[in-house]
Amino acid sequence: MSDFTSEFWSWFIIAIAGGGIIWLFFLLAGTNRAETEEGVPTGHVWDEDLQELNNPLPRWWLYMFYFTLFFAIGYLILYPGMGSYKGLLGWTEVGEYEAEVAAADAEFGPLFEKFEKTPIAELATDEAAMNAGERLFVTYCAVCHGSDARGAPGFPNLRDNDWLYGGSPEQIEATILHGRMGTMPAWEGPLGGDEGVNQVATYVMSIAGRDVDEKLAAAGKEKFDMFCVGCHMPGGTGNEALGAPNLSNNIWLYGGSPRSIKETIAKGRNGRMPAHSEFLGTAKSHILAAYVYSLSHESD
Amino acid sequence: MNNETMTYDYSVVRQFAIMTVVLGIVGMLVGVFIASQMAWPALNFDTPWLSFGRLRPLHTNAVVFGFGGCALFATSYYVVQRTCHTRLFAPALAQFTFIGWMLVIVSAVITLPLGYTSSKEYAELEWPIDLLITVVWISYAVVFFGTIAKRRVKHIYVANWFFGSFILTVALLHVVNSAALPVSFMKSYSVYSGVQDAMVQWWYGHNAVGFFLTAGFLGIMYYFIPKQAERPVYSYRLSVVHFWALAFTYIWAGPHHLHYTALPDWTQSLGMAFSLILLAPSWGGMINGIMTLSGAWEKLRTDPILKFLIVSVSFYGMSTFEGPMMAIKTVNALSHYTDWTVGHVHSGALGWVAMVSIGAMYFLIPKLFNTEIYSKKLIETHFWIATIGIVLYITSMWISGIMQGLMWRAINADGTLTYSFVESVQAMHPFYIVRASGGALFLTGMLIMAYNLYKTIAQGKAVNAVIPEPAAAH
Repeated sequence: MSDFTSEFWSWFIIAIAGGGIIWLFFLLAGTNRAETEEGVPTGHVWDEDLQELNNPLPRWWLYMFYFTLFFAIGYLILYPGMGSYKGLLGWTEVGEYEAEVAAADAEFGPLFEKFEKTPIAELATDEAAMNAGERLFVTYCAVCHGSDARGAPGFPNLRDNDWLYGGSPEQIEATILHGRMGTMPAWEGPLGGDEGVNQVATYVMSIAGRDVDEKLAAAGKEKFDMFCVGCHMPGGTGNEALGAPNLSNNIWLYGGSPRSIKETIAKGRNGRMPAHSEFLGTAKSHILAAYVYSLSHESD
Repeated sequence: MNNETMTYDYSVVRQFAIMTVVLGIVGMLVGVFIASQMAWPALNFDTPWLSFGRLRPLHTNAVVFGFGGCALFATSYYVVQRTCHTRLFAPALAQFTFIGWMLVIVSAVITLPLGYTSSKEYAELEWPIDLLITVVWISYAVVFFGTIAKRRVKHIYVANWFFGSFILTVALLHVVNSAALPVSFMKSYSVYSGVQDAMVQWWYGHNAVGFFLTAGFLGIMYYFIPKQAERPVYSYRLSVVHFWALAFTYIWAGPHHLHYTALPDWTQSLGMAFSLILLAPSWGGMINGIMTLSGAWEKLRTDPILKFLIVSVSFYGMSTFEGPMMAIKTVNALSHYTDWTVGHVHSGALGWVAMVSIGAMYFLIPKLFNTEIYSKKLIETHFWIATIGIVLYITSMWISGIMQGLMWRAINADGTLTYSFVESVQAMHPFYIVRASGGALFLTGMLIMAYNLYKTIAQGKAVNAVIPEPAAAH
């Protein structure tokens, strides 16, 4: 697409940019031509003793100025600058980027293709691949999951072998390539406000093995069996097909304090793991899957 | 003529001159604090009002528009009277510019930490404050050009060309860039969108540097260096050429802030080409400043005010060489988004703008109070502390900036990045400490200055000088 709505604007740019450079030439040449001598004042006096000499323009400065003007002209002939004129070199920013990416693909592509053909469990023991995987992880994944992959509230810990969507090599790779959308609806309304939320939260804590008020937990279990089992399964063991967390292992994606648990139940949660297939390509995603797999299988 | 019309109007000059020192200390104190936050992040005390993102614009507004702005108001009101041999035009309006400008600064101090921002760099203040700035600025233009119009000498002195172009261009920049649609009392949206918004912002941003922080301060240089050195300006014709070339070329340089972005290729190329051309017009000013001293070099050894002025012009020359170099795309690909930019800005801001303003204030304030400076020795001390502070600041940012750029682009044999972002942040830490120390030294110098000038004012008396008859034309 052209940057200009009409050829007029292109010529407008050429006229003021080109005209400006030509004007600078005349300004320099014109001022330089008039005869002058060193150390002679102009004769103007301000504020009792302020005066000016009219020394000639320093030669080195003048030539430097001309040099930059010639450089600008040369540059604007070679590169795009004068309106819609493309420049002799045909350079574009997008073209430079694409050439760099193509060069990198040509250089590093074969190595990554080799990695891509290796099964994930095997790749996870390949030192060269895992070094690459670690660098890719700190570049692309660490912002959410942390440099040490131990996660943060809302972002899963990848070292604890607890998996929302499954920890098999294929499941991890699918998560990276296509992303995941985790949605926990807000239950404040259906549970009948604070009291219901408190009961269910107490039951959830009891599943995780904490000491709680038995009566509250029993009331919570009734509601849990009515509303929550559909995703979290009876006993709160979770469901990888839905990404519903296991509630019985005392691992908490959004925090395990009574307050956080109540907030999760009352307000719901939305988690999003972006899809990386288009952004990183299949080879890098494969290496990352192997790296993430290796984090919880280091003894294998 | 009665007594009133025979003297210069110094009262508004005095007010702005004193606030230059006060706001310099305030702005630099905030600067040292946020520089320390970079080294020790716990210093934000988990308080939104003290977080870096809110205090950084407070620092830039306080030093650029508070300290720098007051220095420009004070010197331009002084210089335009002295070189036109006449009192200020519309003194009540001049008084309004002081009150109005102080209101702007106080509004900035209140609203920026509260989080009100238009999110445009160096133009963060929200629309009601922008309107006040516009009114003050138009009043400033009326006073300044009105004084020029009633001048008693035929030729307009070179310093006034620079002050005049600064006032006109800043008015244009401010009105165009801050054009916004208000949606509530303290919230507005820019009338531009996308890449046009970015281009207008950096057209403003770079020319705020070019006209506010350069043309205006060149005006200061053109009066105070020849006055303090008691030598004529080196070359009238050089001042003509570099004035027009500077005014024309600066306007084009903004796109170099947007290299390798969504800005069209042609705009980036023009920005780079004109940024390189800008080297010579900038150096024209440096030559005229430094060469004015030819024949009086020995004064540099004994006169600490002249040291401030001449070193400031040297820093001006250095940063106007560095700027065009950084505008070259291949250099910019390394330097952009790194601390190198921060170092470059401060070699201009501390080395040039602050040093020339400090020199001018040491000259000006004793004159405004009809006395001599309290201690020349303290000026000398201030000079060395400030210079060491700047050198620490700039060199640490050069090293950390270039290191940052190189770490971000370093790749392993398999094509993956060698360093994670946080590793580059960790590598900056020692340099952030050095930078904060450099800033603290510079601030210390300002406190010494405040003490010295306080003593000077205490021993003097506010007297408006008598207007001398203009010299007869030769």
